[in-house]
Amino acid sequence: MLADVKIPEGYVRVFKRPDSMSDAPYTYCPGCHHGVIGRLVAEAIDELGIRGRTVGIAPVGCAVFLYRFYRCDFIQAAHGRACAVATGLKRANPDLIVFTYQGDGDLAAIGTAETVHAANRGENITAIFVNNAVYGMTGGEMAPTTLPGQRTVTTPEGRDVRTTGYPFKISEMLAQLDGPAYITRQAVYDVRHVQMARKAIRKAFRNQLEGKGFSMVEVVAACPTNLKVSPVHGNKWVTEQALRYFPLGDLKVRDP
Amino acid sequence: MRGNEAIAEAAIRAGCKCYFCYPITPQGELVEYMARHLPRRGGVFLQAESEVAAINMVYGASAAGVRTMTSSSSPGISLKMEGISYLAGSRLPAVIVNVMRGGPGLGNIAPAQGDYFQATKGGGHGDYHLIVLAPSTVQEAAELVMLAFALSDRYRVPAMILADGMLGQMMEPVELPEPVDEGAIPEKPWALTGAEGREPRVVLSFDLDPQGLKEMNLVLQATYREIEAHEVRWEEVDTADAEILLVAYGTMGRIAKTVVRLARAEGIRAGLLRPISLWPFPYEPIRALAERIPVVLTVELSAGQMWEDVRLAVEGRAATPFYGELGGVVPTPKEILSEVKKHAR
Ligand SMILES: Cc1ncc(C[n+]2csc(CCOP(=O)(O)OP(=O)(O)O)c2C)c(N)n1
Ligand code: SF4
Repeated sequence: MLADVKIPEGYVRVFKRPDSMSDAPYTYCPGCHHGVIGRLVAEAIDELGIRGRTVGIAPVGCAVFLYRFYRCDFIQAAHGRACAVATGLKRANPDLIVFTYQGDGDLAAIGTAETVHAANRGENITAIFVNNAVYGMTGGEMAPTTLPGQRTVTTPEGRDVRTTGYPFKISEMLAQLDGPAYITRQAVYDVRHVQMARKAIRKAFRNQLEGKGFSMVEVVAACPTNLKVSPVHGNKWVTEQALRYFPLGDLKVRDP
Repeated sequence: MRGNEAIAEAAIRAGCKCYFCYPITPQGELVEYMARHLPRRGGVFLQAESEVAAINMVYGASAAGVRTMTSSSSPGISLKMEGISYLAGSRLPAVIVNVMRGGPGLGNIAPAQGDYFQATKGGGHGDYHLIVLAPSTVQEAAELVMLAFALSDRYRVPAMILADGMLGQMMEPVELPEPVDEGAIPEKPWALTGAEGREPRVVLSFDLDPQGLKEMNLVLQATYREIEAHEVRWEEVDTADAEILLVAYGTMGRIAKTVVRLARAEGIRAGLLRPISLWPFPYEPIRALAERIPVVLTVELSAGQMWEDVRLAVEGRAATPFYGELGGVVPTPKEILSEVKKHAR
């Protein structure tokens, strides 16, 4: 554990765990982008000094254990319902800073209605949307965001858009609505993009502090385990395949 | 006051701070009343995009530590079952009102009691129970709403008010209960309020380790045994010398009261046991009466859902005939009386 490493005399620790993260080891696979994104969320909570009033909502999916990784209050929601649970929490206690953290299966399939309507109501919450184009936890089935031609365990010949539709562009969809304050798509496959995603996540939380309304950061991510590639190839898959369908950038910014 | 409005007003007086709904007949007046009154009295009213969303908003609001409610009617309650199972699994209090209508499927909007199984035997997945209270007058509806909030908080078990279209639409004079003193509502040491100055809290309904989940389930089961020991409620009418006992709840319980009177006028010594808590069910009181009353007639607006519990209670001590109506048809007292005559010797 990082905290246990002895620092030789004369040296200073410059890299440490964010205060709002616990010591619990991650349960993600090697090379999974969930790990990086989870840390960026913790850094945003630290920088804004909101740990003591934040409630996180863990999804169903590989991030289901999210509550173990943070030192703030947490609730685990039914598959897809995080934005509705967030609505209830925030309406009951508007002083709380409420964020959801959801995969594409969670947010863009079973929970599409809850997401779209929370966004359209302009709920003053922050949604982190990890789009890895696959259902990770259940073994790599097709997600609504699976790329055309992409092989998954339920599209063994590759996704055929004639029978299964096209990759769902949730961010583009939400950006059409009047409700949301901030909709952006980011990635974490290299340092530059990690820094950009970091800024976006901080902005999404700051919006909530300022009462601006619904903010969502989509992060195009890799699931090397279900892509059946190495972590390095996972990053390559993001740049060479996923970003063709999911171009990065801000899709909606109210009062930039 | 109309039944639906009395339920709404009682909920506000019980300290309900957040109400989430999706419209459905025959509980529309409840929604409208909340929309008009709750925000003005410091609460949150929100019309959700679906019953699924509404119950999950209840889930969030309850986790935040406030008294919260949702209401619906049969098809909507089916949609809420996922969230209700989560509330039960996470030990979050909440009040759910079901103003039942005819079913299955879309059914109709007439009064029926076909959701008894769903309310008392689970409905959603997993081993859980709701506290289920069944009023038979508008006055009682108001009182049971207050009780439902109190019991739900005390045991951390969601509570359901099981009414029907007749009660929801009926107008009767009500003496409204006094508003609860909000300072007197016990603290919720599990509520999510932000971890400032304390250890973080989590609200969970799962444990991937079977042993851990078993422990969680054992806590639930111990709570259910405690509720069974302390919260069984029922009403008895003319049971002391009865030769035939009617068992009926809600709207049917009310009609059965008239039947008892009519029967007695004709010299038949009929009595009534009206379960008020459907879970926990009054097994013991029914069993005790069946020791000395030879006929226990269940009357219900269903194909015999509560009848199963009555027979479990009687366990062969008495004859257990059944009379039910289906699809929203409500029998007249006279029709039930002729049934009583058939069975009373
Ligand atoms: C109601 C319901 N349906 C299905 C499941 C099974 N399930 C668990 S995780 C999951 C997919 C999650 O995928 P995603 O949200 O993309 O997250 P990832 O695991 O890829 O991070 C599914 C379908 C469930 N838990 N609940
Ligand atoms: S299965 Fe995929 S999404 Fe889940 S932890 Fe592993 S790499 Fe990450």
